[in-house]
Amino acid sequence: MQRSSIAFWLGVAIFLIVVLLMTQFIRNEYPFFAGYVILQFVVLSVAWTILGGYAGYVNFGTNAFFGVGVYTSVLLIQAYGAPLGVQILVAAIMGGLLGLGVGLLTLRMRGIFFSIATIAVAIIIETTITNWRFVGGAAGIQLQRPPVMPPFDSYVKMLFFVQALLVVVAIAVARFIQNSRMGRGLQALRDDELAAECTGVPTLRLKLLACMISGALISAGGAPAALYLSFANPDSAFNLNYSVSVLAMSLIGGTAHWIGPVIGAVLLATTQQFLAVTISSEVNVLVLGVMLVLFVVAAPKGIIGLVSRFMGKGGHA
Amino acid sequence: MTGPAGEAPLLRIDTLTKTFGGFVALDNINVEIRKGERFGLIGPNGSGKTTLVNCISGALRPNKGAVTFAGEDITSLPANQRSHRGIARSFQLPRPFRSMTVLENLMVALDFAAHGHLFETEAHRRDEAMSILTRIGLAPKALSATSALTQVELRKMELARAMATGPKLLISDEAMAGLSHSEVDEVLDLLLSLGGQDIAIIMIEHIMQAVMRFSERVMCLDAGKVIAVGPPGEVMANPRVQEAYLGT
Repeated sequence: MQRSSIAFWLGVAIFLIVVLLMTQFIRNEYPFFAGYVILQFVVLSVAWTILGGYAGYVNFGTNAFFGVGVYTSVLLIQAYGAPLGVQILVAAIMGGLLGLGVGLLTLRMRGIFFSIATIAVAIIIETTITNWRFVGGAAGIQLQRPPVMPPFDSYVKMLFFVQALLVVVAIAVARFIQNSRMGRGLQALRDDELAAECTGVPTLRLKLLACMISGALISAGGAPAALYLSFANPDSAFNLNYSVSVLAMSLIGGTAHWIGPVIGAVLLATTQQFLAVTISSEVNVLVLGVMLVLFVVAAPKGIIGLVSRFMGKGGHA
Repeated sequence: MTGPAGEAPLLRIDTLTKTFGGFVALDNINVEIRKGERFGLIGPNGSGKTTLVNCISGALRPNKGAVTFAGEDITSLPANQRSHRGIARSFQLPRPFRSMTVLENLMVALDFAAHGHLFETEAHRRDEAMSILTRIGLAPKALSATSALTQVELRKMELARAMATGPKLLISDEAMAGLSHSEVDEVLDLLLSLGGQDIAIIMIEHIMQAVMRFSERVMCLDAGKVIAVGPPGEVMANPRVQEAYLGT
């Protein structure tokens, strides 16, 4: 246990140092522009896995939480000119509250009903924002970036570093839950909710907690997107593509371990970025769909399932 | 029908009624079970045995009536809080946590048990889980996946998991169904060894020899009604019980 923790935090430190060095030594802004999106999907996928993977409750409303993150930032910038850190923090709180609300309303339902309810929530929130003039309404809103802070020389590079920090937070939280009693409780209720209840697991409380934590992290991951594009509109902030992509990335990576969504997100988001540049941004949606189908059929436990099966066989041979 | 005079019952069921639509699954059930009692619950298929267990363990809420456990009304408590108060059960069709090992299945119970201590560590709980598995005779399978277990091992695992919650009342729902003769004896001996001064056991079973050997008292349900309660010999001799089982 102890040794794996040291290895983990050492990895985290190396990751952050590499990210920081990149921002200092690479002049071209494009890698950061693309890299930001990849890191953002790592945050979203890892956060989604806490409820969707550990607990097995498939949330189709990732876009609702993401959009709430974006528009919390928009609102804070418009009303108070709040700094980025405050935006992210408040977005996390809003996401957690939304998670609590959605959870209280829907987590008593099992499986598909929960998933459908999350879609409905996304639509309701998007409609509200679309009709709210102060944050731009349907047309969207142009945002002024504040001056960049040293040691960074461009705002995109700074956001890239901030998103890297969020990656670390999301992974650390997911890893902590996975290794805690809460993780075992979620795993138990995913396997068999009635048996878990009768074994003493407070299933409703654990599901609510997972929904809040997952929601808070997704909204936090979405908060910097407002200043990343210097623009926000309901169509893109609440785009269903976020839900589909995050679902695909998590399932393709594998949801039993936090590393699964990390691998899935890095792999798919990188592919998407590559395809968007080389072919078109429409093709990447197709690729996502095809890969998801392939994995659901051939490797339902995702890449980590494949790897552990392969290693298991190797061990016996 | 209460136990020794003056002693409060561990479990009291008052005028319990459960309906599913127009179907009356349990009709005005009254029964008391005392501390440490070995209680057999019999009745033909569909007579309401499992529904009664579900109402006691919290998987179902009754339409009418009350369940009192250790002096406390638990009728509206969720199943997990009943587990914390000392009600544990196994399932008619085993319901293991399939993605976990046998040991981890027990760890779930210990992780969330009410009797856990503040300074208890994961290692302590692991030791406790192992000692329960040793007692049940499953220690060699501790690290196996539940899918690798035989039917009788799966039944034992469920009993072990139930024991890990630290129960005062253990409900065994047909833990012997589908087992061979020697396996039935094995599970029966196990149940007899688990019960005792502190743990009352309700055993639902179709195998009459097992019920006769195990129970201090037997209750027979038919079509959601109690048709007989008492010492096993008496209940078996009851013409209404024989009629319910053999038909007319």
